[in-house]
Amino acid sequence: MSILIDETKRVLVQGITGREGMARTRLMLEYGTQVVAGTSPGKAGETVQSVPVYDTVGEAIEKHGRFDISVIFVPGPFVKAAAIEAIYAGIPLSVLVPDRVPIHDILFIADLASERGTRFVGPNTLGVMSPGRALVGMIGGRSEFVRENFKRGPVGVISRSGGITTSIAYYLNRIGIGQTTVMHVGGDPIVGINLAEALELFEQDDETQAVVMFGEIGSTQEEQAASLVSSGKFTKPLVAFIGGASARQGMRFSHAGAIIEGGRGTYEGKVKALRNAGCLVVENFSDIPHFTRDVLGNGS
Amino acid sequence: MARLFEFQGKALIAEAGIKVPHGDVVETPEAAVEVAKRIGLPVVLKAQVWVTGRASAGGIDFAETLDEVEGKAASMLGHQVKGQTVEKLLVEERLSIARELFVGITIDDRRKRPVVMFSTRGGTGIEEIASRWPQAVVHMDIDPRRGIYDFEVRELARRVGIRGELQKRIVPAIRRLWATARRYEARNAEINPLVVTESGDVVAADCRITIDDYAVFRHPELGIEIAREFDRPATELERIAYRVEANDYRGTFYFFQMLRKFKKGEGVIGFHGAGGGGSMMSMDAVLKKGFKLANFCDTSGNPPASKVYRAARIILAQKNIDGYFASGSGVASQEQFNSARGLIKAFAEEGLSVPAVIRLGGNAEEIAIALLKQFSDYWPAQLEAYGRDDTPEFCADRLSVLVMLPARAKQVKRFDYPREFSHSFKTMTGWVRFDAERCLRCEGKPCIKACDYGILELSDGVPRLAITEADAAKGRCVECLACELECHLQGAGGLKIELPIEGLD
Repeated sequence: MSILIDETKRVLVQGITGREGMARTRLMLEYGTQVVAGTSPGKAGETVQSVPVYDTVGEAIEKHGRFDISVIFVPGPFVKAAAIEAIYAGIPLSVLVPDRVPIHDILFIADLASERGTRFVGPNTLGVMSPGRALVGMIGGRSEFVRENFKRGPVGVISRSGGITTSIAYYLNRIGIGQTTVMHVGGDPIVGINLAEALELFEQDDETQAVVMFGEIGSTQEEQAASLVSSGKFTKPLVAFIGGASARQGMRFSHAGAIIEGGRGTYEGKVKALRNAGCLVVENFSDIPHFTRDVLGNGS
Repeated sequence: MARLFEFQGKALIAEAGIKVPHGDVVETPEAAVEVAKRIGLPVVLKAQVWVTGRASAGGIDFAETLDEVEGKAASMLGHQVKGQTVEKLLVEERLSIARELFVGITIDDRRKRPVVMFSTRGGTGIEEIASRWPQAVVHMDIDPRRGIYDFEVRELARRVGIRGELQKRIVPAIRRLWATARRYEARNAEINPLVVTESGDVVAADCRITIDDYAVFRHPELGIEIAREFDRPATELERIAYRVEANDYRGTFYFFQMLRKFKKGEGVIGFHGAGGGGSMMSMDAVLKKGFKLANFCDTSGNPPASKVYRAARIILAQKNIDGYFASGSGVASQEQFNSARGLIKAFAEEGLSVPAVIRLGGNAEEIAIALLKQFSDYWPAQLEAYGRDDTPEFCADRLSVLVMLPARAKQVKRFDYPREFSHSFKTMTGWVRFDAERCLRCEGKPCIKACDYGILELSDGVPRLAITEADAAKGRCVECLACELECHLQGAGGLKIELPIEGLD
């Protein structure tokens, strides 16, 4: 199987008539994603790649029934309004592709989503792809490129960096290891489904035998992933790489933030937490594929 | 993140009703004396710089007399505190301190909520307080939609023994700090110390507020010029770069300078990354080869070619760099020819004179690499282009080889732009201009064929806009630069795309 996205999921595109909305709708359709409808205020009646456009999410649901996923392509400042609309319409998963979404908007969305029992990926995410099945967002690019370079297989990939998400999948494929699902959790400090929550989903997925994770300095996502492993809630092999060992000069973490994180957030702290939990932390990026092959050999 | 100076933060919390010391911000010793006369002696002089540990670094001083005010202000203004030049001083009444507390608002990525932290000890760094006196620190998360109720803050205060009259004065201060943080969309807001004076007043002796970069546009009243986190005031080039970013929402362009005073031959290179993770790994690779970076730059999120062009020109404006290194994640989901075209226009116009290694891996990288090779006669320097199967380490190694090679004497072509134009149309951030005379001479009209978006058409033998001018200006012309590059490679050179960079041109 896979997590979050597959060929059975019915997808709505919010902001379908914009530059990215139009381009990505075409690519999602070409790859086999069920893009059923789109919205763009004031543009009801138009079509994008034969996909009908409606003024509101409610109208799209009236005409087409339920949706599993709404993917949002509007400029950052308008993401809050779009996400609220999707959450109130009861769409269980929103994918917030845009970057530059104000953090207090994300806090609002996170709170509303948790109250209404819906989830979201992003913001600032490339999206999610289940090779050979479907993809949502801008992940992978041209469909022929995706078909050629990303194949179905036993490994889940999660990453805080968009470009690295697809890079890991590509380098795994080069040695013949395919993926169940490849997910960019988003590059911002607060995201919806984070690394640890994605691991919980991969734990439930029978086809996933191991997960490769790309973490970064800052925030507590990797530490949360480590606690999940320690507490026995993620039991599959986890291969991790943490970016930012020597880079990111000029970036500072705030004082009050640092204490809430309790000394977490540093490169050393993350590596230690993951190793103590029994994860395989790789120091050279290019070592990821063969270490993954090794853990698959042991695990299956 | 956009940090506010202490005096700016204090103005915001004062507006919300929190007491701050009497005083004012000044830029000259004379003005400092005027403020001291108005508020009365003794006073405290505080350098307005973004550093921690200001007091021990000479950034805070006290003055008992007006002569002292003038002398000490003169010795602080224009001087450095931990590497930052002091341009402004805050002159304030000296408080009689009975007790120092701490209150801060931050955002907890674990709970995905704002958090208020309160401590009955303040003054020093909160990490130190929390490790030495953990029982003095309490925190609670805040409902981001409804905010915090009065009773919740009273509950927080009584848990660390703050009761009676003091509780009545502290609780509103905490609620008002949250209100300020929410109103101005702060990532962090901190009062340390929050002082209880001998007379029982609760006064904010310091204040640090950081506004969320992405929300700065909603708060023009704050007058933040650059919504970026810097440890120091922005450089001229960073200001120029930020204006490019602020005027174009498509993709992200991030630029900061890491070294400014360097000479040719010191191994300092211009760095151009794409995407956070890929940029970091690429930086690591060139640093390991012994290069130093003049700047960090990231163009990602599918920026148009025009934005990459501006980024490249800004990087090249650092005159003494010995090389140019561009490298992203390796397998980008974005079509790499956009970046390639932006780089080509910049390199050709500037006559790239330092060796460059360009790693453009991912979608359509074959086209991107072929384009860079096709245009290699347009600059004197050596340029090598690589894709997804070449690692950052290999590319960094190539750059170290190229910088060792002697410069080649090479016949260089130039974009021979027309002097005058017959017609033009506006794009989102520039102009596309034509010289009909040259266009009539051009047989193949490669510009029209190059336009994937079909916005050019032939009319009386001359290329013209096929859509409305308003649509082109709104973004239907995506500034991919394909028409101009093909015009100069195969056509008669009658087309020019002008992409001004405010402050650089």
